[in-house]
Amino acid sequence: MLLEVENLAVEVAGKRVLKDINLSIAEGETHVLLGPNGAGKSTLFLTILGFPNYKVVNGTIKFKGQDITGLTTAERVKLGIGVSFQTPPAIRGVSVGDLLKIISNQEVSDELNPRMQELAKQLKFSDEFLNRDVNLGFSGGEVKRSEILQLLAQMPDFTMFDEPDSGVDIENVELLASEIGTLLDKDKPQRSRKRSGLLITHLGYILNFVSADKAHVLIDGVISCSGNPSEILEDIRKNGFNGCVECAQCL
Amino acid sequence: MDVLNVRNVYEDAERAKDKKAAIGADVTIENFTDETVNALDMIDDLDDLSKQTKNDLLKVGVDTDEKNRAGSFLQVDQSNIFTNNAISSSVEVMNIGIALEKYGWLEDYLWNVVKPDADKYTAKTALREQKDGVKSGYFVRSLPNTCEVMPVQACMFISDEDIMQTAHNVIIAEENSELHLITGCATGDDVSSAMHVGVSEMYLKPGSKITFTMVHNWAEQVEVRPRTGIKLGDNSTYINNYILTSPVSTLQSYPTAYCNGKNSRAIFQSIQGGKKDSIIDVGSRALLNAEGARAEVISRAVAQDESKIYARGHLSGTVPGVRGHLECSGLVLSDDSLIYAVPELEASSANLELSHEAAVGKIDEDEINYLTSRGISEEDAESMIVRGFLNMDITGLPDELAEQTQNMIDMSLDGM
Repeated sequence: MLLEVENLAVEVAGKRVLKDINLSIAEGETHVLLGPNGAGKSTLFLTILGFPNYKVVNGTIKFKGQDITGLTTAERVKLGIGVSFQTPPAIRGVSVGDLLKIISNQEVSDELNPRMQELAKQLKFSDEFLNRDVNLGFSGGEVKRSEILQLLAQMPDFTMFDEPDSGVDIENVELLASEIGTLLDKDKPQRSRKRSGLLITHLGYILNFVSADKAHVLIDGVISCSGNPSEILEDIRKNGFNGCVECAQCL
Repeated sequence: MDVLNVRNVYEDAERAKDKKAAIGADVTIENFTDETVNALDMIDDLDDLSKQTKNDLLKVGVDTDEKNRAGSFLQVDQSNIFTNNAISSSVEVMNIGIALEKYGWLEDYLWNVVKPDADKYTAKTALREQKDGVKSGYFVRSLPNTCEVMPVQACMFISDEDIMQTAHNVIIAEENSELHLITGCATGDDVSSAMHVGVSEMYLKPGSKITFTMVHNWAEQVEVRPRTGIKLGDNSTYINNYILTSPVSTLQSYPTAYCNGKNSRAIFQSIQGGKKDSIIDVGSRALLNAEGARAEVISRAVAQDESKIYARGHLSGTVPGVRGHLECSGLVLSDDSLIYAVPELEASSANLELSHEAAVGKIDEDEINYLTSRGISEEDAESMIVRGFLNMDITGLPDELAEQTQNMIDMSLDGM
């Protein structure tokens, strides 16, 4: 298994948000995380990422067989974890281009490497855009594309996407989905895929363009059911998350 | 007229020789030694300076090769050891004493926008000038209808321990001319304690523009009291950039722009990094006295260690139709440091627009987390955020100078 989350319980500001999470993602797999607002989806992401305010009170997170529960965020990222945020903060005075260079292990004084320049073009970013401060005054779509561009610089082995399609127009969803596909080795035959991912999506629209192997429904800090993504989505579309609540009670 | 003028300056200064400044710690001037004028020999070339001194000058934006410069002036302690007035036909650069001999009219520009009796520091400078004949400082002037895009570089350097350095500078942009200055002030590496008082008077004739970019790099026990006044004529623009990121004992300045000309515009941009136990008290004041006058004051301050930064700003609108905006942002990085933002707006006429925004606080944790999620360590993330915060876009400079200024800022921020 690439990622193994076992019996994970997490507190944020003294409140228990995740109660008992078990989740395994194998190499080359893409999973989807569904659930109503406030269920703890983003909390799970940020805990896997190791943000300081997410206190693990029980359980472990293993990545590539190593227990990473005590590692800092930067250490986890170095091991191959990446994330695209839904609403990342603006950082004044730090340009997109400079951040891309740092992520690509380039000197800031050097020119951005040709691969990243090409990818920036593919994601419809001009040179002028690369000089802008990260996320400062970006439109919703620009934020998402910039997040994906940063991940393409990083090429993590395991990537978490928090609502990568929210606030993005239809034309750009396909563009984003194609790059997300690159990050998840979708261009390769299933058996030879190495990179894995976990996607948070509300409406599941992105799943029309990015195939997923498994879906999980997170309700009230617990994964209430896991299974085939299209079946689960279909169920949620018909019955809402109430069906999942009942399902959880069955478990 | 001259006689009367001289006598008034002398008397005013004499009366104010013990007058404490309105703000800032009171410095005992007597603890520092007056240097003899021209005690040091002139040099023929900036290249003749020691490698160490060249390096010190480079840190404050002074290029000893004089590449991309319109002129140079170097004062070490109380001696003007180098002047290069031959590079540009559009600007004049000379020692103030020589300029006063050359131009009889220059006398009228002395002690006009900075008063000799403002406080004991201006009084000290005036008394040395009037009583002891100390003519130190520079005179820079752009000729009418000229536009020299390269900057004149002027440097005040303190080379010896416990020295009291004074300078009286006059900068004049004649009608429809453009003048750019880079001024660097620094102390030698073996100097720990000294005092610097620089009186600068600037005059912008109608349609002219001056940009004045100042980088300070003092030693930890240096007391600094710049005193600056700027008088703006019709349709003139003054841009003041100030950068300080190295430790100092106490530094207090409050340059004042008198926007007396119609549609005149003053912009003050400052970057202050407080370190160790520095006390930095920097303000910018604009008096909007004519129709259509505008002013912007933008400051960014970061307080580390036990430093204290007082970020002041004062906009005063006295006639209708003027506009001004003050902006102060500060980051306080340690429990023992302090930022005190004092924005003042004073409106004494109807139909004018003055505003301010100030925000002082800590580094946003979300920003640190965001950068660490890209594999950057927490420490590096903090440093990037601080540098980014201080790295403001300096507006109003010609392209060549903007690039050089950015390099100067980068160099200053390297130590942050």
